[in-house]
This record gives sequence, C-alpha cells and structure tokens, in this order.
Amino acid sequence: MEAAAAAAAGGGCGSGPPPLLLSEGEQQCYSELFARCAGAAGGGPGPGPPEAARVAPGTVTAAAGPVADLFRASQLPAETLHQITELCGAKRVGYFGPTQFYIALKLIAAAQSGLPVRIESIKCELPLPRFMMSKNDGEIRFGNPAELHGTKVQIPYLTTEKNSFKRMDDEDKQETQSPTMSPLASPPSSPPHYQRVPLSHGYSKLRSSAEQMHPAPYEARQPLVQPEGSSSGGPGTKPLRHQTSLIRSFSVERELQDNSSYLDEPWRITEEQREYYVNQFRSLQPDPSSFISGSVAKNFFTKSKLSIPELSYIWELSDADCDGALTLSEFCAAFHLIVARKNGYPLPEGLPPTLQPEYLQAAFPKPKWDCQLFDSYSESLPANQQPRDLNRMETSVKDTADLPVSTQDVTGDDKQALKSTVNEALPKDVSEDPATPKDSNSLKARPRSRSYSSTSIEEAMKRGEDPPTPPPRPQKTHSRASSLDLNKVFQPSVPATKSGLLPPPPALPPRPCPSQIWAIMNSVAVNICIQVVEWSEQVSEAELLPQLSRAPSQAAESSPSKKDVLYSQPPSKPIRRKFRPENQATENQEPSTVASGPASAATVKPHPTVQKQSSKQKKAIQTAIRKNKEANAVLARLNSELQQQLKEVHQERIALENQLEQLRPVTVL
Amino acid sequence: MAVCVAVIAKENYPLYIRSTPTENELKFHYMVHTSLDVVDEKISAMGKALVDQRELYLGLLYPTEDYKVYGYVTNSKVKFVMVVDSSNTALRDNEIRSMFRKLHNSYTDVMCNPFYNPGDRIQSRFVCLGRAFDNMVTSMMIPVC
Repeated sequence: MEAAAAAAAGGGCGSGPPPLLLSEGEQQCYSELFARCAGAAGGGPGPGPPEAARVAPGTVTAAAGPVADLFRASQLPAETLHQITELCGAKRVGYFGPTQFYIALKLIAAAQSGLPVRIESIKCELPLPRFMMSKNDGEIRFGNPAELHGTKVQIPYLTTEKNSFKRMDDEDKQETQSPTMSPLASPPSSPPHYQRVPLSHGYSKLRSSAEQMHPAPYEARQPLVQPEGSSSGGPGTKPLRHQTSLIRSFSVERELQDNSSYLDEPWRITEEQREYYVNQFRSLQPDPSSFISGSVAKNFFTKSKLSIPELSYIWELSDADCDGALTLSEFCAAFHLIVARKNGYPLPEGLPPTLQPEYLQAAFPKPKWDCQLFDSYSESLPANQQPRDLNRMETSVKDTADLPVSTQDVTGDDKQALKSTVNEALPKDVSEDPATPKDSNSLKARPRSRSYSSTSIEEAMKRGEDPPTPPPRPQKTHSRASSLDLNKVFQPSVPATKSGLLPPPPALPPRPCPSQIWAIMNSVAVNICIQVVEWSEQVSEAELLPQLSRAPSQAAESSPSKKDVLYSQPPSKPIRRKFRPENQATENQEPSTVASGPASAATVKPHPTVQKQSSKQKKAIQTAIRKNKEANAVLARLNSELQQQLKEVHQERIALENQLEQLRPVTVL
Repeated sequence: MAVCVAVIAKENYPLYIRSTPTENELKFHYMVHTSLDVVDEKISAMGKALVDQRELYLGLLYPTEDYKVYGYVTNSKVKFVMVVDSSNTALRDNEIRSMFRKLHNSYTDVMCNPFYNPGDRIQSRFVCLGRAFDNMVTSMMIPVC
C-alpha cells in the first residue's frame, strides 16, 4: 500500500505532493477510513460542502460527502481544511483518490499536531489524525498507534453482538455503510454509542437508519441519531466497548459504563466476557477443567472467519504450554484475541500479561467443585501425584503379604490401593506421550470407573455366586497401549475379591487357581493360615494390604487359574493344621496361605487356636518378605512382557510406515 | 552460530530454509540438498536397529572447505540440517546437539498448532504460523551475520 500510495502520489499528480511514506498503523487507519468513505459512495452522499470536489465516476474514490464529514470531524478550521484539500491534490484532480485521501489525512494529523499545513510537514512522523465524530455507531477516536486502534469498533461490534461468527461477514458489509453516515461537526456532547441500542432492536434500527441516512441530508441525520442514541442510555465516550458487546448478545440492554478497564487495556477480560467464554468452552467441552483438543478448537475458531495465518498466530500466542490443547484460560485468551482481532485490533507481538493463563486463573478462579474433583486428574500427570501413587502401591504390596482381611475394611482399602495402582500404572503409559496430556485425563478417568465396576463385582461375589471363569491370560498382541491390557488383566483379578481376598494390583496377570496347588497342599498342613489370620487380627490395618501382593504373587507364579476351585477350597483350609514353614521355598504355600487367609478370616474366630504368638509373628514377617519378593518378581516379569509388547508394536509401526512410504507417490523436490 | 538452517520434510522437500543473507543463498540451498543423500545413508545404516535405539542426532554429515554440515532426523523422518562455518572452531558437538534439540522443540511447538498442516511450509510472516520458530532460528544464527 505504501508503494502504491507513493507511486500513485508520484504518478497521479505529477507536480503534486511528494511520495508519502506511511507507517503501518497509519496505513491501517487510512485504509479503513478510505474504505469507509469509499463505501459510502455507493449510497449517494448528500450535498456536500462547497469545497467537496465532485466524485469522478469510475474511479475508486472517496465520496465527497463522507470525506467532508470526516474532515470536519477532525475539528480543524474550515480554512485549514481548504488548504489541506488543495494541497493533497484533490482539487486539482477533482476527486479524492487514495493518494489524495491519505495525504489529506496526514495533513490533518499534522495540523492537529500544530504543524503548518505544508507538504514538508507530512514527511515526518506524525500521530494519527483525530476525528471526533458523533455517529450513531459511536465515537471513533484515532489515537496514537501506541494506543488501541478503536477504528473499527462499530463494525465488528455489531457482529460480535450477534454472537455468531457465521454472520459476521454480512454484517460487516452492512456495517460499513452506516459509519459514514455520521452527523456532526460540533464536538459531540454525548455521542450515542451504538452499543446502547438493544441488540435486536439496534441492528434493525441501524439498518433502517442506515438506509434512511443514505439519502437524507446531512443535518437531518442528526436528529435521527440523537434520539436513537439518547434513547439507549447515558453518554459513553469509549470506543472500546466492543468487548462487552459479546455478552450483550444475550442481554437486551447493558450498561456501558463498566469499561474503565478498557481505557488502558483491550486485553483485559471482563466478567461478562469471561462468562461468555466459559459458556462457549462448556459447549465444546463439558468439563471446565479439562482441555479442548486442537481439532475441536480449530473448527470452532475457524468459524470466526479470520484467516488461517491469523488464527494460527493467535493459537501460538494463547497456547502457552504448546501442548496442542487449550485449557479454560488458554481458551479464553484465544477467544479474546480473536474478538479483538475482529474488532480491528492488531494482534500483539506477545501474549499480553492480562491474558496469560496464570493471570486468568488467578483473576477468575474456578469454582471449587470444578477444581477439586478434576484437578487431580486434569493435570498432565503431576509429578507429585505419581510418586504418591507409587508409594501407595508399594505399601499396599507389602502389606498384603500375610493378611487375610476382615472383608469390608480391606476391600475398601483395596479399592483405594487398586485405584492408586491403576492410576499410577496408566499414567505411566500415557506419560510417555507428552503431546497428549489430555489423553491421560481421560485415561485416568477410566480407572475410576473400573474400580467401581470391580466393587459391584465384589459385592456380587460376596453373595456367594460362583466367580466367573477368569479369561485367559492377556494376548501378547493388542491394538492399543497397555491400558487395555490392564483392563483385561484387572477384570479377571476382580473375582478374586469375592471371598474377601484383596484384589491384586491390576498390573498382574489373573490369579491362578490354586486347585492343583491345593492338591499339593492337601498334604501340606496349612496351619499357617490360621496363624496368619490370627496375626492379622493383631497387626494394624496397614498391613492388610500386603495381602494383595500374595494374590498377585500366586497369580504370577501359577498357570492360568480356575478361581472357582480356589474359593471352594478355602472352607476346608482351617482343617489343615499342619504347619510346614519349610515349604516356604515352594510358592504353593503362599497361595494356600493367601487363599486360606481371607477365607479363614471368618473361620478363624471359631478356631481360637492358641499358638506361640512370637514365632507366628516371626514367620509371618518372613512370609511377608517372601511375598514381597515374589511380587517384585511378578512385576518385573510383567514389565518385561510389556516391554516386549512395546517392541512388537514398534516393529509393527515401522512396518506400517514402510508400507506407507512405498504406497505414497514419490514427490519431487 | 549457524550459517544456514533447514527443515526438510519426510518426502525431502524443504519446509523451512533460512540462511544468513550475506552469503549466496543458493549455495546453501545446494549444500542442504546434497546433504540429504548423506542423511538418507545414515538413516538406512541405522535403520536396522530398533527405532528407539536410533540416535536422532546424526552428527557431522560432511565437511567442506568452508563449512560443516550437521544433520538431525526426527522420528517422523523430518530432517534438520545445519550448516556452520568451519572457521568457528569454538562450536563443539554438544553445542550443535543442543541447537538441534532447540530446533526440535520449536518444531514440535509448531506441530502442536492445529492450524498447521503437516507438510506446509513454516511461514514466519507477521501474523502467521512459525513466528516463534523463526525467532528461535534467528537466535541461533546471530551473531554470525
């Protein structure tokens, strides 16, 4: 545009004004003004002031009427305006072409700054010309480029009021007609701000008034505008109220005075805006603490009809953590930037401080019910949570070494341990993919449902139904990450809780049915189970959890189980009193111990066999240690299995990629 | 420190290439283009091992009289090629690695933008994608100018 202006200036008026160099802000302003004035040309301006030149047909010119209005709005004396028009060359060529217009604007700026109206004045850096206009659509103030450009406030204002991005284009066109219909040269006492007009009412009125104004004489427009303006409310002098208009779309009348913050910063989000943004966020994503994925946000923001480069730039600015998803604060910042951009504000170089996510979160704290429920899940695997889960899992593994359980307590504990282990196991898998932390949220949410389902199964079990036959061990190949694996792994282990046995950590394969173990154990006295049971009564509840490890340990060690046998056996356990601590080497003892333990919890009481407590305790501790070691071995094995699966998946992926490459047509550089 | 930085897509067309303006840019384009062969060679040599064992940093691809060319390839076969001045002996391998790491991070940030279609050029106009990327590359190319 600069080159065009310069060239045109040079070429259009031979001995006219010298080439004009405009800064970017000026360019923007001037082009907008020119477009406005030119747009009004179609409507047929009223009789202009004498100095207005005629409009040369067939050229892109600014209509004389609007131009004259604009110049008059600059509040310069008529003589100065005459001089300016002369100097810019409009008189000479007879019309206001782009160059003339720009030069004129620059001269106006110079005049307003107190410089003499000369060609030389426009060569230096000038602030933008200021035009005080009282329009039906509000006051336009062209401040310094450093200030906010309030030029196009009214245009997008209408559109944002509609709160529908799709209609913005149409409204834009219509809107461009109206702003030029501004009455008035006298300083506006109270320029009725467009925003004051109720939404539905205002838009139709605007249209009708715009149509009316087109042919109407200049002065006659004023009474039209004034009543309209005065009807809508008090005086408003701020051009930046477009931001509040967003919320207006839902309310008929709003007070316009709450824009003190706008004076300084268009980047500040008000409460109403914030509310609006949050509602929009909710429409995309019901959970306010969760993320909006990139594609969803892309579709949504594309509706705003901004260009893709601009949208991508806005995204770059607002997605502070660069994760490809938007949190609520990021979404609000992005939305706000889009709104600002539609209103004509140039996009900032960097994210303004008031739009930073931390600032937004602090300024608008989420309601508690949002935070507490979901924060622990919505964070992308907070580091502190994971170790915490790990700790819990480890303690749970340890504690389940020996203990049978008073069913209810332990199952409750189990669930928690289970949840924590599941939470911990799942996030481990997910955390390897840093680009999709949001997936971890959804994945993390799943363990909860799983634990609930396990609860129901447990209860069903306790009613005495036979446990379902456990599914076979999970297949080596599966289409998704091991989270599915865990699903499968977990389900079969759930029935294990039927008899009050603590559910094993889901990462472990289903518990084997120790039927064959029992066959062996029949010969081996399992007095220890009773001892263990008694010991469990004495031991604190914290040690209940080790029981869990025993279940998995026996599951790991043995072949795929028939759990039903396990549960049919327990009742007979107490009968076996032979205690063979020597059999510690055989894992068989563990399962029997474990199996018998919980089952015998109920039966222990009727068998108050009094054994040597100290030796029992010692042996219990030893067994606990054994259990832990076995649990470790089991987990290590599971780890290696998962690694194996991971490698296989990798290889599959490589194979697929190779295929893809072969299939893809070769692209030439 | 770098004299030229280029991002090459999987299909071996450039997504982004930028050189210090003082030099003949065409020469750098040519160097980057020829280095692609070396990159492919290195990839195929390593490709037999498992993917996760493959090193992303390829190291010195080839030295010329005035310049050295370093390469880096991502898991999605997007290649980064960097040309540095041979006379700049202060540059060590670790520094090159860290530069590539920064490049990679900026590149993933560009990728994360849903408005970026993979395979598009990484533009860096005023209101466009890739400004951060461009700024980062600029920081790498200063002070050699």
